[in-house]
Amino acid sequence: MIYRRLTGFPGWFSRSPFVELERMRRQMDRLFEEWASPRPVSGVFPLVNLTETKESYFIRAELPGMTAADLDIQATGNSVSISGERKIPAENSNARYHRRERESGKFSRVIGLPGEINPDKVEARLEDGILTIVVPKAEASKPRQITVK
Amino acid sequence: MAESKELKVKEKQELAAKAEQTTPGPTFTPDVDIFETDKAITLLADVPGVKPKTLSIDLRDNILTIVGDVEPFEHPDEEDLLVEYETGRFYRQFTLSEVIDQNRIEAKLQDGVLRLTLPKVEKATPRKITVQSA
Repeated sequence: MIYRRLTGFPGWFSRSPFVELERMRRQMDRLFEEWASPRPVSGVFPLVNLTETKESYFIRAELPGMTAADLDIQATGNSVSISGERKIPAENSNARYHRRERESGKFSRVIGLPGEINPDKVEARLEDGILTIVVPKAEASKPRQITVK
Repeated sequence: MAESKELKVKEKQELAAKAEQTTPGPTFTPDVDIFETDKAITLLADVPGVKPKTLSIDLRDNILTIVGDVEPFEHPDEEDLLVEYETGRFYRQFTLSEVIDQNRIEAKLQDGVLRLTLPKVEKATPRKITVQSA
């Protein structure tokens, strides 16, 4: 199989094997670039999605099993901090665990927002394990429609 | 358990082998805890965003299948600034070794956590047999 390809490859012997190796290396590099995570991940729990409308920013995070009492959310000039502790209540003491993938612990994260916000009007909702924080933009950073006279 | 442990980021596990997917969108594997007592097997699964009406639990031939659909939360006029996780369907299957009493299965969904109690049938419950002297 290999023999056939080598001899059947036009110009193989005239080219330096190093050129060929270099070409393969470039192809490998390209492959790895494609595999690399396409999303920017901060590496801090919880992972958040941030969206915006003209009026406000929306921060969403998946926090299953948490209640409002476990969460502490604070807003300042242009950032929102989420901190809290995820608790997993202890079960029957004579239970034998087969799998234990859910994790508990403390976390704290500050999310910087691209513009000024109105920290007094921030609202947070926790529904079905999804936290949604609605952060209204400050008047100064809202886009303004300008009519041409 | 170390109470003050810092929670680390765990990326959602996307299901690799898409066996028979008919709906578009990504499929994720939920994190689960499974424990067993003498009476029952309990399964806890993290399924954030799943509502009772979009969750289906199926047990047949000792195969337990959990499927939960998540509807997108974003309004159409929202623009993405940062996307660190994706939402989609949750799917996981388990093979159960014990004989389960199908009529007494209980499922509870609260705050995005499913709690499934699968009681074992009576004969599978270990019973202590005392030998009586004649």
